Formats: sequence, C-alpha cells, structure tokens
Amino acid sequence: MSTATKTTDIAHDDHHAQHQAEIKTFGFWVYLMTDLILFSTFFATFAVLAKNYAGGPGAKELFELPFLFVETMLLLVSSVTFGFAVIAQQQGKQKQMLTYLVVTGLLGLGFLGMELYEFAHMIGEGAGPDRSGFLSAFFTLVGFHGLHVTFGIVWLTVMIIQIVKVGLTSGVESRLARLSLFWHFLDIVWVGVFTFVYLFGLV
Amino acid sequence: MFGKLSLSDIPFHDPIVMGAIGSSTIGAVVILGLMTYYKKWGYLWTEWLTTVDHKKIGIMYIILAGVMLLRGFADAVMMRAQQAIAAGGNEGYLTAHHFDQVFGAHGTIMIIFVAMPFIIGLMNIIIPLQIGARDVAFPVMNSVSFFLTVAGAGLMMISLGVGEFSNTGWTGLAPLFEKEFNPGVGVDYWAWAFQLSGMGTLLGGINFVVTILKMRAPGMSLMKMPLFTWTSLTSSVLIIFSFPVITGALTLLTLDRYLGMHFFTNDMGGNMMMWNNLFWMWGHPEVYIVILPAFGIFSEVVSTFSSKRLFAYKSLVWATAVIMILSFTVWLHHFFTMGNTVNVNVFFGITTMLIAIPTGVKVYDWLFTMYRGRIRFTSPMYWMLGFLTAFVIGGMTGVLMAIPGADYVVHNSVFLVAHYHNMLIPGALFGYFAGFSYWFPKMFGFKLDEKWGKRAFWGWMIGFLVAFMPLYAVGFMGMPRRAAHYDDLSWQPYMITAAIGTAIVGLGIACQVIQLVVSFRKREELEDATGDAWDGRTLEWATASPPPEYNFAVVPVVGDLDAFWEMKEQGTAFRHYPVYADIHMPKNQPYGVIIGGLALGLGFAMIWYIWWLAIASLIGIIATIIISGSNDNDGYLIPASEVKRIEDLRFDRMAQAKKEKEEEVEKLSKEEVYEYSDKNN
Amino acid sequence: MSSSVKKKGIKFLKGTLLVLMAIFAGGCKKMVVLESKGAVGVEQAFLIKIAFLLMLIVVLPVFVMVIWFSIRYRASNTKATFKPKWTHSNAVEAVVWGVPVAIIIVLGYITWESTHELNPYKPLESDNKAIEIDVISTDSDWLFVYPEYGVAIVNQMVFPVNTPLNFRLTSGSVMTSFFIPALGSQMYAMAGMQTKLHLMANEVGVFRGHNMEYSGNGYAGMNFNAISTTQEGFENWLKGVKESTDSLSVDRFKDINSMFNMNHPVTSFSAVEPDLFNKVVMENMHWMGMPEHSEMEEKYGDEPKGSMHMMHGHGSMH
Repeated sequence: MSTATKTTDIAHDDHHAQHQAEIKTFGFWVYLMTDLILFSTFFATFAVLAKNYAGGPGAKELFELPFLFVETMLLLVSSVTFGFAVIAQQQGKQKQMLTYLVVTGLLGLGFLGMELYEFAHMIGEGAGPDRSGFLSAFFTLVGFHGLHVTFGIVWLTVMIIQIVKVGLTSGVESRLARLSLFWHFLDIVWVGVFTFVYLFGLV
Repeated sequence: MFGKLSLSDIPFHDPIVMGAIGSSTIGAVVILGLMTYYKKWGYLWTEWLTTVDHKKIGIMYIILAGVMLLRGFADAVMMRAQQAIAAGGNEGYLTAHHFDQVFGAHGTIMIIFVAMPFIIGLMNIIIPLQIGARDVAFPVMNSVSFFLTVAGAGLMMISLGVGEFSNTGWTGLAPLFEKEFNPGVGVDYWAWAFQLSGMGTLLGGINFVVTILKMRAPGMSLMKMPLFTWTSLTSSVLIIFSFPVITGALTLLTLDRYLGMHFFTNDMGGNMMMWNNLFWMWGHPEVYIVILPAFGIFSEVVSTFSSKRLFAYKSLVWATAVIMILSFTVWLHHFFTMGNTVNVNVFFGITTMLIAIPTGVKVYDWLFTMYRGRIRFTSPMYWMLGFLTAFVIGGMTGVLMAIPGADYVVHNSVFLVAHYHNMLIPGALFGYFAGFSYWFPKMFGFKLDEKWGKRAFWGWMIGFLVAFMPLYAVGFMGMPRRAAHYDDLSWQPYMITAAIGTAIVGLGIACQVIQLVVSFRKREELEDATGDAWDGRTLEWATASPPPEYNFAVVPVVGDLDAFWEMKEQGTAFRHYPVYADIHMPKNQPYGVIIGGLALGLGFAMIWYIWWLAIASLIGIIATIIISGSNDNDGYLIPASEVKRIEDLRFDRMAQAKKEKEEEVEKLSKEEVYEYSDKNN
Repeated sequence: MSSSVKKKGIKFLKGTLLVLMAIFAGGCKKMVVLESKGAVGVEQAFLIKIAFLLMLIVVLPVFVMVIWFSIRYRASNTKATFKPKWTHSNAVEAVVWGVPVAIIIVLGYITWESTHELNPYKPLESDNKAIEIDVISTDSDWLFVYPEYGVAIVNQMVFPVNTPLNFRLTSGSVMTSFFIPALGSQMYAMAGMQTKLHLMANEVGVFRGHNMEYSGNGYAGMNFNAISTTQEGFENWLKGVKESTDSLSVDRFKDINSMFNMNHPVTSFSAVEPDLFNKVVMENMHWMGMPEHSEMEEKYGDEPKGSMHMMHGHGSMH
C-alpha cells in the first residue's frame, strides 16, 4: 500500500456503500443457501437413521407435544417481534426497536433454555446421543439448529450494543438486515425440524 | 495440560520420518533466519499476511500449492518405491502401517492442498482482472479463506512429526475410521485438516459466486464472460452446493469419534454405507470443481495461442453447465459393488456416461479452435496438447468404469488408480501449469523461461505415461490398490516401470524449479512492459503487468466476448487518460491471519484433546469474527493524482520498452544484412 | 521450429503407441480379468473390449487431429488458411454433439443389458447343482463356510469346476471387498449386512483372490487361493477337511476376528456351528429391536434378486 494514499471513511462514497451493502446481502443469501444444504445433510442423515433405535427409546417415548408446542411458539413469536423491530426501525422509533430486539433475544433464550432442558432430561433418562443411531441423528440435527440460535443471540446482543453505542449507521443497518434474514431462516428451519423430526416421529 | 500429547508421540525411532522432519525444520529455520537478517518481517506482515489484495492472496495460494505439491510428490515417490520392491519375499522398506499413512496423506494433500489452492489461487488472481473488477466481493473473507486452508495444511505438516496420519485413505473408510478400529490421532488429523480447509473453500466459493455475478464490468453479460470465468463460476456453484455436505459428513464423523455417537459405526444403529453416499455426494462434484476451471484455462490458452476466437463458445458454455448439473447425479458409481439394486446401478452408470458427451464436445471444440488458426507453440500450448492426448485415454477408461458390469472387475484395483490420475494429472494439473505459465507474466511482469518450461512438460508428460499406463495393465491383472506388499511376482516389472515413470515426473518437477530460478535471473530479458504478454484476448491483459493495486485505472466497458481483442482492433486499447478519478479500495486487515492461526490452534487442540486450548481458540475466533464484522471503516481512497502517477509510469515504461525493442529489431536486421553480405562475399 | 515440432510430435506419437502396445500385447496373457476363466468374467471381458472399441471412434480422431492441426496450422506455416473469426459451423457442431450422443446411446443400451445380465445377485444357470458358500471377512482374513457340508476353511477356497457358486457375504469387522479377478465380479462384505454374489469357474486351476477394500494393517496379506478342481477333487478335499480336529464355534470365530490376530495360515474346520453366518450378521444387528415394519421390504420386496438384503434391517440407503 502506497504511503501517498490517504485513508478516508467509506461512508463518504454513498454509491460505493450502497453497492457494497447490496453485494453483502446477496452474499448472505448465498451463505444461507449453503447453510440450508448443511441442514439438509443432517436432515437426510436423520431420515436414514430415524428408526435405528438399537433397542433404545424411540420418538414416541421421548417427545411430548405440548412442551414442543410452547418451545416452537417461542421461536415463531421471536420472529414476529423481530419483524416489529424492523418496522419500528423504518419508522425511526429507535427505542421501540430496541425493546423489540431485546424481547426477541429473550424469546430466543427461552427457546434455547427449553431445548437444553429437553436434552438434559433425555440424557438423564439414558437417552443420550451415544445411545443409538436415531438419537445421534436427533441430537445432531436439533443441536445444530440450537447452535445457530445461540450464534443468533450472540449476534443480536452485539447489534443491540452497537445500536446503543453508535446508533443506526449504514453499516449497523445493513448488518441488522442480515441478522433479520438469519433469524427468519432459523425459524423456517425449525418448522422443518418440528414437522420432520417431532411430528413425523409421533405419527 | 497437553491432553494426549507426550514426547513419545514424536517418532524418533523412524529414520525416514525424522529425516523429513529434520530437513523441513532446517528449511524453516533458514527461511526464518534470512527473514530476520534482512528485516523482512514487517514487509511480510504489511504486504502479505494482512493483505486483502486478491492478486497477492492468489500468489500465496499458489505458493502453498507448490510447497504441498513437493510434499505430496515425496509421498508418491515413497509409495512407488515401496511397490517396486515389496513383492514376493521382499517386504519393502516401509511397514504396512507407515505405507497406509503415506497413501492417505498423498491423496489428501494432492486434492485438498495442491489442486484446490492452486486453482483457487489462479481464480483469485485472474477472475477480478478478467471481469474488470477491482477486487473480489469480500476481500477480508478471501484472506480468511486462505488462512483456513493454510491452517489445514499446517495440520498436515504437523502430523508428519507429531503423532501419525490417518490410514484410511483420502476418502475415509467407514467403519475403519471409527474409534473402535482407529483409536489413534491419525484420523483426527485427517478430519480436522480436511474440515478447516473445506470451510475456507466454502467461503471462497461464496466469494467467487458473488464476485462473478455482481461485479462484472459494464457490458459484460453472462454470455460475454471469458470461458475461464464461466468455468470458475460453475466450479464455485459446485463448491457452495457440495462443500456443505462434506462439512456435515466430517462433523458426523467427529461426533462419532469424540462423543461416541453412532452415525457410521457397525453397531448401535450406525450405517456405514451412509458415509460412502455423503462423501461422494461431495467427492464427485469435487472432481469437477478441480477440473472445470482447468477446462477454462485450456479454452483461454488454445484461443490465445491459435490467434483465433474460441470455436463454439456457446457450446462450450452449455457443455460446462451440463457437466456441472450432471456431476451431482453420479456419486453412486464410486460403489457399484455395494450390493445396490440393478436399476440403481444402471441409472448411475448411464448418468455417468452422459458426462462423456459434453466433455467430448469440449475436446472437439478446442481442436476446432486450433483449426485454421496460427498456432504458437509456447509452453502453455504444450500443456494443452499434452492434456488433449492424455485426457481422452482417461475419459475412455472412465466410461469403461461407468458400465457397472465392467466396473465389477476393475473397481478398487490399480486400474482405478490409473484412471483417476489420468483425469487429474492431465485434466487438472496440466491445466494449472498451463494457467501458471500463461498468467505468470501477468502476476510478476516477466515471462517464464520457455526452454525449461518445455523440458518440464516433457518430464511430466512422459513420466505420467510411464507411471500410469502400466497400472492399467496391472489393474487388468487384478492388483488391488493401496497394497503395501504383493506376492504375485508378474506384477513387479510393471510396478518398477511405474516407479521409473515417477522418477521422470520428478525430473519434470526439477525442471519447473530450475525454470523459476532461471526466469527470475533473466527477468529483465523476459520482461513484458505492455501488460499484454501473449497478444491476449481477454480483459486481464488490458492492464499493466503486474497490475496496480486497483487493477484498472478506469473500469473498462465490454462490447464483445474477446473484450481486449476488440479494443485492440478498434484502437482503443492501452488508452492513456489525461484525468483519473479517486479509487476506493479495501484496507489491509489482520483478521484472516488471526483466524487462521486460531483455527490451527483449535484443530491441534482438538486432535490432542487439549480442551483449554480448544476453548480459548474457539472464543478467539468468535471474538475476531465479531470485531471484523463490526468494522465499518474498512476502505480508503487512492487519490486521482496517485492513480495518474502510477498510470504515467506504466505508459512511460511501455514507450521505453517499445523503443528498446525497435532498436533491437533494427540492430538484428542490420546484423542479418551483414551476415547475408558475409555469406555472399 | 516447424520441423522440430513435427519431429517431436511424431516422436511423441510413436512413443505413446509403443508404450501402449507393449503393455497391452506383452501383458495380455497375465491379464486375468481380460483372459477370464469364469462364466461371469468372460462376459465382462467381452463387455470391456466392446466398450473400448466403441470409444475409439471418438478417441482416435482426437489423436489424429491433435497432430494434424498442430503441424498444419503452426504459426510458421503461413501458407495454411487462417480464419481468426471462424467460430461457428452447424455441421461441425452437429457432428461433435451427435457422434458422442450416438455412442453413449449404444453404450447406454449395452449398460442396461449387461448390468441386468451381470447382476451379481442373479443365480447362474448350469446343469450342475450350485454350491452354497458363506464368506465371512474379518479385517485381515477370509473365512469360507460350506453350510451344506458343515465345514469351513480360512484363507483358502475349494470348489468344483463348472458348478455355480452361490456366495453370501458379510463382515465381522470393517468393510471389505471380495474379489477373484480370474472369475469375475467383486462384492463388498459389510458387518450386520448380507450381500450376494454368483460366480462359476470354467476351468480347473488355482486363482488368486484378494480383498480390494483397504481394511487396515492386514490388508496387503488378505489374499487366498481359490482352487477350482474336478468334482472328484472337491470330494477328496471335503474328505480331507473332515479329518481336521478343529471346529468352528462363534467364540473361535471371534478369536479369528480379533483385530490383533492377522493373516492366518490356511486352517480347515471339520465342524461348524450351525447358522454361523447369520449369527455373525446378527452380532451387529441385535441392536435393531423389532421394527414396526421393514422399509427395505416395502421398497425392494418385489425385487429381491438385486437388492441388498438386510436381515431384519431397514432404513439403509441405496
């Protein structure tokens, strides 16, 4: 890098920034697609091993629909509150937006808490991931989604801190938009997990 | 504190391993010493390790590939030497367990740490130039991709001296790689090296897809993209569709080995056949990931050196796209002998054969590009012609193996080994070598020495034929692959021939090393001041060699497939503008090298169960991602005056070179006249 | 330039052809796959040769054109036609797409026919009554059980000529691949599963058998002699085996199957625990529990001859 060049803030160049944001959004969509394929790999694995109980407990002994319903609702509602946050952002109501984001994060934490409780409960009953092929596939698929939610919450926390500290700069806005995509994506994947793993398992 | 790791994991008793470690360590110490002596650490950090310039990252990728090629070739020599002598009563000089690690390391290195970094390096350097862009879409992520690959390569090198490497081949073998059969660290080295570089490649694939789809120069529609860009695009699409599968599959294996899960185990509900399916759902597209861009290089080379437009461009693009799609429908041909139903085998056999159609079309389109051209036989063209002749043999044996009935008798034999080397060496590696010598002047501003380049070609070409044609024959004799020893003495002459072939390839590699040294010494003589070293046709030749940081002072407007050729014809090439605008460029960032370093720590810690280090590295990686992701101030402006200064220099140099050349021509023609008159007197 | 290129090109072509010819002519006698001694293998050798010849239609012109175009259109030959903008010809395109398509259609048909014909699960036709042989692999040894005769042998296989051999295969350990190159098809052996293979020797002789799927340190030594003999010879061999004092129980098998016990000498067993094969399969199956229904049967039940038959298994991938 030549010393004769001078640095300057990216925001100076509006057109450039806009183009950058567009590219980043597109790139993020591509990333989400790769993540979806990764999930598909685990879904396919689960489909193959779904009945390999190895003498251990099966879906019917392990899953409780009411519990799962609450868990699912937490995540679905969190998607809605994220939507409200985006609306508030567009209306310029920063405080309201922050409130919705915090609520979203709490709902996400609630979902994670319930999932961890379910996992702990199963492991306590001797139905841990090393018990059978079915349980390995179950813990991996559901746990992988849970890991995504965890990263989503970390990201959300970072965004809340940034909004409070630097406000809604163009960079923060563009990241928030991608987080929103990510959050809805997790929601959709969960619908798949819920239907495919739990409902089909119980039917 | 150190997990499972102890001093006894270093194989002090093994002279071969210790020799390898010793020489690599001495090499490393010498390099580090020289760097310290010449005070190059700062230069290395600011100009290379933290760079986000796609050209420099590309060059580093190629250096990595070159270093790993030497390591992988050393493994090849060891295997060929072993199989040349380990017949009948002779057990050879390697133990079975050592030989097993060598073939696993050879395959993993050649595919993951030679082919991939080599082609991604070339894609990095050339694609932005070819599409008239100033960098890739995500320059920092590009650096992360590279250093993740380096981390994986680092684990490969560490496995040489600390512990052991996997004995389950580069493909992994279920359930042999499970803890029950493989309690050591070898499989973990393989899995983590593979996983880290795979993630780097996945990020790279995303980067290139976005770059090619979103950052092309105005006027460059999809059907005006050069073939190398097209094939790189299809290759990147294959990466983003297939690499998540291997990431997932390796994760499942890791869970099996670390948490006692049952994905690929014999018992407790595992399914070993699932590994074969998952692996090859990635593995087959992977073959096209490494070969398709080489096809692109051949297309560029044959057109440039035939001084002719590419024949049937549309046909070539469609053939590429068809190959891309079909590559996802053929994975089962890697295990026809697993007891599948007849119709499953028929289906996958026929889809596999279908790939031969677009591939055959490509071969003929290249040939018809040469037809009625003016062919210049430079070394890239040598690689191209060598590829054409050798590759069709591999294609033939490939179609043969696509017929399940025939595959039943050659599968898993050395015939298969011969076949895929016949695809990958001429198909991929020759392409990369062609691309390397073709674009070398673009990277460094001077050409490679042609004489040594052609010698290198003959070494590789003859060596390849001598090394692998005998394997086809021994395959028909029923020799299994991966055998550390065999008792059928009638195979031995062939294996000795194959070993000689490897030695000839070694001569080719030696010529390549000499070529680099000779070319560097003669760099002034070989200099290309125009930026257009070969009378090229595509945009990368429109800028200086090496290109300035911003690639193009003014973003070119594209009107034709051979954009630069058209500019030359219309007289608009090499335009020296009186005024330039400020150029916005990304700033150097240390995130890539930091994440790479932490990933190496994470991988090593996980392999040796050093949990505190693993957790610390993981937290470090996440923190780095958060910090780099929150950095909005990531660019800077190159002022117009600076651009003008750089461009003026370029055109001065060009004018100077032109003058020198004219003088030289004049001098030469005068000498000729003297000679002529001498003769007549 | 031009003459040296020409010379090099011709030299190169000569060299390649010589290497190829030397290999394919000199080694032909030893190429047991192409000179098969088995009913299945003979068909496979024919299949390979036919496919090879068909593909030469596409491949040979490539060699010719590479050399011809290289010489004719070299830059120094200014007399040759130069058409730098010629990029399209419907006739050429039709040929370069049409010919490969036609060849692949033919090959596709051959594939369809031959894959059904050479289906390893298909019993072979013969006037002689077939012999059942159960193949159980460990990670380094082959165990052959003759359930009809109640005998077994490690790392050697004896059978009468011109008699169909019905193999069932499984593994007590890692995945292996059972292959006798001189007779034809190979087949994987996998723990907890059963695969099938049918072979028949046309000649008397001793053929080598190998494991083709890498299986650990004992892999290179995981070979056996497949001895094709007359009916009389086979009966004599059976008599000899019956004199062995060794018998094969599940525990004895487990000892052979132990990972640290590699590449056994040929060992005969005069008695075999009944149903040993299924017991080895079940060793890795007992976990399955009783399924409500079998997906395998549902999916492939109507086509048993080609499918991988899992005992009570289900949910495997195809």
